[in-house]
Amino acid sequence: MSTTEETSAAKDQSQDRQKRMIAGHFDKLAESEERGEKCVYTYVPGNLTELLLSFDVNPVLPEINALQSGMRGLSKEYITLAEKEGHSEDVCTYVKCDIGMKRAGNIGPTGKRLPNPNLLLLSYTGCFTFLKWFELLREEYDCPVTMLHVPYQADGKITDEMRKYVVDQMKKKTIPALEKMTGKKFDIDRLRELLARSAKAEDDLVAVLESAKNKPSPIDAYFGGVYYIGPIFTAFRGTEDAVAYYRELREEVEERVRLGKGPIIPSGELKEEKYRLVVEGPPNWTSFRKFWDMFTDEGAVVVASTYTKVGGVYDDGFRHDPDRPLESLAEYCLGCYTNLNLPARVDKLAGYVKDYEADGLLINSVKSCNSFSAGQLMILREVENRTGVPGGFIESDLVDPRYFSAANIKNRLESYFQMIEQKRAQGVTR
Amino acid sequence: MRYTVGIDLGSTTTKAVVLDADSDVPLVRGRGITNSRSNYDVACAVALASALVDARFSMIGSALVQAGLDEVAREERLAELKQRFNEEQYRRQLTELDRVVREFAADPAAGIREVETAAIDELLRDLEAHAGDLFKPGARRKSDFFRDLAGSQYMRKAEDLTRGGGCSSKDTKPRFDALVGLYDKAILVVENTDANAEDFDDCIHAAVEGSESVSPELHRAVESAMATPLEKVASVGTGYGRARLPFDDAQIRSEILCHGLGAFTMFPGTRTVLDIGGQDTKAIQVDGNGIVTSFQMNDRCAAGCGRYLGYIADEMNLGLHELGPLANQAKRPVRINSTCTVFAGAELRERLSLGEKREDILAGLHRAITLRAMSLLARSGGVKNEFTFTGGVANNAAAVKALRKLIQENYGEVTMNISPESIYTGALGAAIFAIRSLEEVPAA
Repeated sequence: MSTTEETSAAKDQSQDRQKRMIAGHFDKLAESEERGEKCVYTYVPGNLTELLLSFDVNPVLPEINALQSGMRGLSKEYITLAEKEGHSEDVCTYVKCDIGMKRAGNIGPTGKRLPNPNLLLLSYTGCFTFLKWFELLREEYDCPVTMLHVPYQADGKITDEMRKYVVDQMKKKTIPALEKMTGKKFDIDRLRELLARSAKAEDDLVAVLESAKNKPSPIDAYFGGVYYIGPIFTAFRGTEDAVAYYRELREEVEERVRLGKGPIIPSGELKEEKYRLVVEGPPNWTSFRKFWDMFTDEGAVVVASTYTKVGGVYDDGFRHDPDRPLESLAEYCLGCYTNLNLPARVDKLAGYVKDYEADGLLINSVKSCNSFSAGQLMILREVENRTGVPGGFIESDLVDPRYFSAANIKNRLESYFQMIEQKRAQGVTR
Repeated sequence: MRYTVGIDLGSTTTKAVVLDADSDVPLVRGRGITNSRSNYDVACAVALASALVDARFSMIGSALVQAGLDEVAREERLAELKQRFNEEQYRRQLTELDRVVREFAADPAAGIREVETAAIDELLRDLEAHAGDLFKPGARRKSDFFRDLAGSQYMRKAEDLTRGGGCSSKDTKPRFDALVGLYDKAILVVENTDANAEDFDDCIHAAVEGSESVSPELHRAVESAMATPLEKVASVGTGYGRARLPFDDAQIRSEILCHGLGAFTMFPGTRTVLDIGGQDTKAIQVDGNGIVTSFQMNDRCAAGCGRYLGYIADEMNLGLHELGPLANQAKRPVRINSTCTVFAGAELRERLSLGEKREDILAGLHRAITLRAMSLLARSGGVKNEFTFTGGVANNAAAVKALRKLIQENYGEVTMNISPESIYTGALGAAIFAIRSLEEVPAA
């Protein structure tokens, strides 16, 4: 997901607020060491932002830094630096980008230096690379790691035992580690306040994402969606800023619905919605704008995406709950998209196709991320069988520009859109 | 005759198919092919011109039949006429090459010395002298494209003339790189001017005049074919270069849809299509109406595509169409798994140094690219009956043999269709889309 705007692109008004929030956050991070504030590096999927904020700890998310580097055209240089140190071509490019950024001075997206971590909080273990990544960072920064083991939803559901297992770890490991690092006592009431604000923002986010059920859709739920999920999946969940941002965003989107307008796209506003797509998989960041243009040029709008569920899934009514603070945090960790088993992902995607009246399912399979990519062709076939809409498959990468072949992707996308068109024409003539 | 044209601008060749616009069933009137080049407009114009030439030749054939000639006599006359026509076209391009090479050589900035100017005279004379040999009955040509035919003769002679010389301007012998540099520059100019796309009338007249067996029937047949007006009513472009084709967006179709439809038109039982082209491989599933339901393409790199075979042919100093027959002579094919085009040369040399036979290595290389295609087929949804193999590589007997075997092993007995015209599949699909675009025009 993204937290800054690309230059010279049209944007939602709420984006200005988000931009100010991000700038303020990175300023705060840059000054945190001087101020004696503590800093924790952690990951996006199922993160424990509210818990960190309840200790006045500043979260830093290495994945976000990596994707920001990708968008700013720096990832190639960073990846090369990491490869020079012996990280092979096949290692996840987020990892290499992050290691390379550290070598180049650990300068964040707003041009200010990022603080070193006081603790590495591994809150999601569904991605094996995350373990290895923090193993590397532990060596880099010589700081402790605390791990929250999150069981996989192998049977497609969260059991009481799973929830209890995660909550127990929070009580016995995570909270004591944070107490030790900050010297502060865990304050559950403060956590409850933060969680109450999270739930408010989450309600508004869900309304925004579901607005895509309208025709035309007032949002692009993938390319635009990555901006919308920025605050909630990173350092802002639980803050007043996040509540205000999502309120403003929701009002803006609801106004677009009232006016019957399509989504804001980099070149202005999409005039004609020709194809409604569901997209599975993360976007490519190094050619983000070019990638998006390939869709808008053809009148394609993404009405639902799984990537906007990478931090946590709210579709089935989940909200952070001040009355069940640790339990709901545990459910959030357990419920993030890549922790779902393949049948659950098929159900979800087939449901999106139906609920959002999509013309097709498109998969962007990225080289770096096995958590997403494993099983995607099976998912594609299964969703095609269940829904009858055509599937499309493209391949790229997160932040390694060498794996984004514009001509190849454009070729496939154009073929895919024409295939949808042909099927439609066939449907009419039959 | 009203016609539609489909143009497939591929990475290696540009193909055109001309369809009769007034026929109820797809009726191919002519096919044309040329090497793709930097100027796409010219590549398209040349491919279309050669398809129209083909269409004219068909008309001449029909006129000869009407004149009462039997099939053997007709084919003989047509073959001779085509040969003379091709030679005439070749000679015209040689004249242009001659002019451009001399123009470049005369530029002081080129640093061409007297000894090299003399060599150029000899080179160009040699090309002219050998032009007839290329078009003798039964002559084997490594390629049908001017750039290759003239180029290989020019290089051979340039090597002879510069043997024992060096690269220094103080050398008393002409420098090879100076001579080759001139050709490389000149050929770009020659093949990117569109003059040769419009000279059918002149060439066919010259061909008829030069024929030893000009009969009144042939004269009449040619005149009648020439008199038939050809009216283009729609065109559709496809292929990797389609975005730069001189067509409107509405006249551009994805090559995947075109290959699917083209293959389905050639063989209506088709449900799975494999197309191996110069730089991409496509596995396509179509339904009972020729509509694409799913597809997969090679990702990010061109390993295992037609260019891989081209590279191997260059390494072995063979023509592309010589590879298949040689590979089919293999007794003990070598197991090769890598399909990286860049490593192909190294793989080949290593195997040769180990004492493996050329044909055995080649058989292994053909199997390797087929394996990659098998993976794409599997990912697109497998191989269903009937299966149609298209693209330039479908003309390669060794690739076909390897594919047939692997498909049988993995999917059992499947009817495998290969058309001798398979290289035109995408262009055919495009031409049919052009016909459909006529039907889509609402009545005013």
